[in-house]
Amino acid sequence: MTDQAYNFAYLDEQTKRMIRRALLKALAVPGYQVPFASREMPMPYGWGTGGVQVTAACLTPEDVLKVIDQGADDTTNAVSIRKFFQRTAGVAVTEATGEATIIQTRHRIPEQPLKAGQILVYQVPIPEPLRFLEPRETETRKMHELEEYGLMHVKLYEDIARHGQIATSYAYPVKVEGRYVMDPSPIPKFDNPKLSVNPAIQLFGAGREQRIYALPPFCNVVSLDFDDHPFRATKAAHDCDLCGAKDSYLDEVITDDAGGRMYVCSDTDFCAGRQAAGHAGRLAAGGKA
Amino acid sequence: MSIVQRMAPDTPLLQVDGLTKRYGARIGCADVSFDLWPGEVLGIVGESGSGKSTLLSCLAGHQPTDAGRIRFDGRDVLAMSETERRRLARTDWAYVHQNPRDGLRMGVSAGGNVGERLMAVGARNYGDIRGKALDWLGRVEIAADRIDDRPRAFSGGMQQRLQIARNLVTGPRLVFMDEPTGGLDVSVQARLLDLLRGLVRDLGLSVIIVTHDLAVVRLLADRLMVMKSGRVVEQGLTDQVLDDPQHAYTQLLVSSVLQV
Repeated sequence: MTDQAYNFAYLDEQTKRMIRRALLKALAVPGYQVPFASREMPMPYGWGTGGVQVTAACLTPEDVLKVIDQGADDTTNAVSIRKFFQRTAGVAVTEATGEATIIQTRHRIPEQPLKAGQILVYQVPIPEPLRFLEPRETETRKMHELEEYGLMHVKLYEDIARHGQIATSYAYPVKVEGRYVMDPSPIPKFDNPKLSVNPAIQLFGAGREQRIYALPPFCNVVSLDFDDHPFRATKAAHDCDLCGAKDSYLDEVITDDAGGRMYVCSDTDFCAGRQAAGHAGRLAAGGKA
Repeated sequence: MSIVQRMAPDTPLLQVDGLTKRYGARIGCADVSFDLWPGEVLGIVGESGSGKSTLLSCLAGHQPTDAGRIRFDGRDVLAMSETERRRLARTDWAYVHQNPRDGLRMGVSAGGNVGERLMAVGARNYGDIRGKALDWLGRVEIAADRIDDRPRAFSGGMQQRLQIARNLVTGPRLVFMDEPTGGLDVSVQARLLDLLRGLVRDLGLSVIIVTHDLAVVRLLADRLMVMKSGRVVEQGLTDQVLDDPQHAYTQLLVSSVLQV
């Protein structure tokens, strides 16, 4: 039930209007960071205040909401944000990727391909891809304005010089539609290819940094790399121990203090769906063992 | 003589006309005019506060000017869009700061520092970038095995040489130098000057060098401009100005140098 002390989806209508204006601008200029007047939310910064505001501005009473945290539907961040919108908006919620119309995510893109009409909302801690290379905001804005992105490659150069390969494994910088370099939020680089030519709308909200940016459907996103060190989407070289999936992103779980570990899909909905369909991995109950 | 000089070009590389910069009511530099020809080294000397650093940063586009014209290679620099000016600044121009910390990225390895300008103009092949970086480290006498060290681990002289390599890697035609030997001890200074003189001659660079050290301009500069209170009081060939100073201030400057 909706708590009548709040407006629908917590934020007042004027605030939602302001955020929608920023969203429209962000969609019109893919990859460009649009400033917006981020509000204080009833949760700490770092818990997805940016994503929550974007979700609140997009929600309608007919929407079906899914919230994931590192791929999982049942971790603290996901549970608390889902409850927040159940209480303040009274919308239907789901764990099934295919049934959701809005998916708020922290650090993952669902394994199941998204379809037209869905909105994926990312929580972003630091929207500026150049931040750790150039601390001055005035300067990074100028660099975006003038398309001076050589510095981004300096970071990749340093990776190869130090580790023999591009060691950046999450928040891997991308170039959007041949123009803006964008931080895709801390998703693993395994997910980077899914950013490109995706039929869903992808929205990014950074609450503390007060920035919104977006990828409209079917827009081109290229991961930066060198000719002789091309981008590779990497994952742990294992299969899921529960559902046996070979091509999903895996979490490594330590199971005892004697070196025992298991690998499981980080996308819990994907994994559960496969198990329900009869797939079984190495450690699945009643599986091949 | 460099190749460029022998070709005897008929237009100056840089033409400066009536350049003026004011800080409120005070004068930074006033009515400075000169031509710089390809392959020529111009020294600018003067005491602290004489406007020589102001002049250099105006020329390099680091701060806006109030009046005057700057033409580089026939193009009006002040009328350029910022995109063009910044592209010029990372291809045809180079700027060597007095303090290497201002010109280097201290958190990035030596190779990354040298490679940055290459990547900024579109180099996307790691092997090529690294090869060029190694080549340039060699040219400025930095051992190849230091390529992955951060500049923090380098001595002051090495940092300055690294800054020079980083600036020259894209083959600029015009180099601005602001007291490149400041803060270095004399033996390191001597080696750096030697290196600079070799590079300038081999690459046919045009250089504008600001310094208060007359020995530096004696060694490097073809021509000399003496500044006082924001104005040029005397200019001419280096030896001529230093051996036969005409203006009272230049006489004072030259006679103030300690003879060892």
